[in-house]
Amino acid sequence: MAETVAFYILAALILIFALFVITAKSTVYSVLFLVMDFLLVAALYILLHAQFLAVIQVLVYAGGIVVLYLFVVMLVNLKRPPEAHSDPRRLGRFGLVMALAVLAEIVAIAAYGWMTPAAETGALSASNVEQVGRALYTDYLIPFEVASMLLLVAMIGAIVLAKREL
Amino acid sequence: MVDAIIIPLIKIVIVFVSVLVAVMYIVLLERKVQAWVQVRLGPMRVGPHGILQPIADALKLFVKEDITPAKADRWIFSLAPILVLVPALIAFAVVPFDADITLFGLTIPGYIADVNVGLLYIVSVASIGIYGIILGGWSSNSKYPLLASLRSSAQLISYEVAVTMTLVTVIMLAGSLSMVGIVTAQREMGWWFAFAQPVAFFIYFVGGLAETNRAPFDLPEAEQELVGGFHTEYSGMRFAFFFLAEYANMIVISAVATTLFFGGWLSPFPNVGWLGFLAWVPGWVWFTAKTFAFLYVFLWVRATLPRYRYDQLMRLGWKWLIPLAILNIVVTGVLKVLV
Amino acid sequence: MVTMTHYLVLSTALFMIGVIGVLTRRNIIVVFMSIELMLNAVNINLIAFSQHLQNVVGQVFAVFVICVAAAEAAVGLGIILAFYRNKETVNIDEMSLMRW
Repeated sequence: MAETVAFYILAALILIFALFVITAKSTVYSVLFLVMDFLLVAALYILLHAQFLAVIQVLVYAGGIVVLYLFVVMLVNLKRPPEAHSDPRRLGRFGLVMALAVLAEIVAIAAYGWMTPAAETGALSASNVEQVGRALYTDYLIPFEVASMLLLVAMIGAIVLAKREL
Repeated sequence: MVDAIIIPLIKIVIVFVSVLVAVMYIVLLERKVQAWVQVRLGPMRVGPHGILQPIADALKLFVKEDITPAKADRWIFSLAPILVLVPALIAFAVVPFDADITLFGLTIPGYIADVNVGLLYIVSVASIGIYGIILGGWSSNSKYPLLASLRSSAQLISYEVAVTMTLVTVIMLAGSLSMVGIVTAQREMGWWFAFAQPVAFFIYFVGGLAETNRAPFDLPEAEQELVGGFHTEYSGMRFAFFFLAEYANMIVISAVATTLFFGGWLSPFPNVGWLGFLAWVPGWVWFTAKTFAFLYVFLWVRATLPRYRYDQLMRLGWKWLIPLAILNIVVTGVLKVLV
Repeated sequence: MVTMTHYLVLSTALFMIGVIGVLTRRNIIVVFMSIELMLNAVNINLIAFSQHLQNVVGQVFAVFVICVAAAEAAVGLGIILAFYRNKETVNIDEMSLMRW
């Protein structure tokens, strides 16, 4: 029961903050709402018994990636707002199409879920970190190394791009 | 009911109040230590030897006018001090203060929560604290705070990498991410991890100095270059929040250092026979004593070392500490496989 | 009772909010943030399924997604800064040049 209530509150807040992210006038406010959203998603992970992912979400997303965004927003000191001359009708058209797509998908999922009642999500055994670590370092060792190469390349790329003269 | 709600609540209140009181008195201690180093007396007027000075300070900050700059972003300007203080305080949720205590027939664990990702929790909560600093500097709409907050966030992110890498070696030795598990591992190993991992401890401590913006890495609030740092435009209670957060963060760093490297609540050398009498002292006394020893080192360092230049700070972080931390991980891993 | 369907609906909605953000906003920083929202929706799905199937692989893939998101943010923001230095804009409609 408590889990259900927690889920609905979290889900509602996640969606509301996500809407704020894409509608906020000021980019800094957008970034702040994004942080809130990530923290709430981390709480959702805890509800799903994925403690390791929840902490990684806070550490990497909220503590790392979004700080980068905030940095860039503050460095990019805009003289004129970037959306000053965008076409408002295009916004409306896309919004309508997308809203219809969401509606269709949600109806489809709900109908499917109605017809085949899914089992309640159970709990994986307690030591979540150990399991993720074991999978990451045995079966998925090569993807793991590839991911680390990706991060290295991204790091070098970001330095080359952002530095004025090397 | 009592176990699940009331006892944790009491513990939270105790921890919260003692941290805040400790913060107030560390401010006094800092002024006293600085004064003694410089052969002065420090605050002497309020109470005997200035013992009531923190209360006077708090009163002063309470009644001061709370100014919001005209061009500031009002909401974020008010939000920033809270964003700095809250992460510093909630990090204490997973710090173990003592072994289980038996009181009136109840066994009370000496921590508020023991989660199996405790150490990562502290790291991630600490990384949230950056927001308050960046936003505080940005929302003041003033150039010095903005510069300071950019410096500060770059510094925090850089040193966070090195600090997190040192924690990896501790985790490798302990085989657990839980703070209680790490202390237990030190008891089973028979010696503190500071002796097993001196390099990691050194990097952690230097990184801790940088992460709390303490001298010699106090560039974000370098008075001579930046007026007053990211909180230049703040006054009254909001300034007090930044101040509290800085010292609360120092306590977090010291408490985590105590837990990870100096055996938390354990008495020194619990396996040496003739030192067994030390175990009569309660665990939380040892914990507090060790934490305050670290805090004293923080103050001592501030009185001793001159401030680094910004490029020196970055070079130290990226070119020395991070490679050293990686090397330390490799060496620890090789030794762990061989031994 | 929270079932798989609940999580699927939530992640679909979150993903679509991200899509709407990418399509309607012209500020490239907000567009990037919308992409992060979409990646988060994917992660919610992966972890919900990992829980549902009692299999940890979903969480492993979520770790990879977070890796990719970090790389994307670093390179993307580097590009934004490089572009801003030359053109003084972050409007995505004005980024129509292949070189500058």
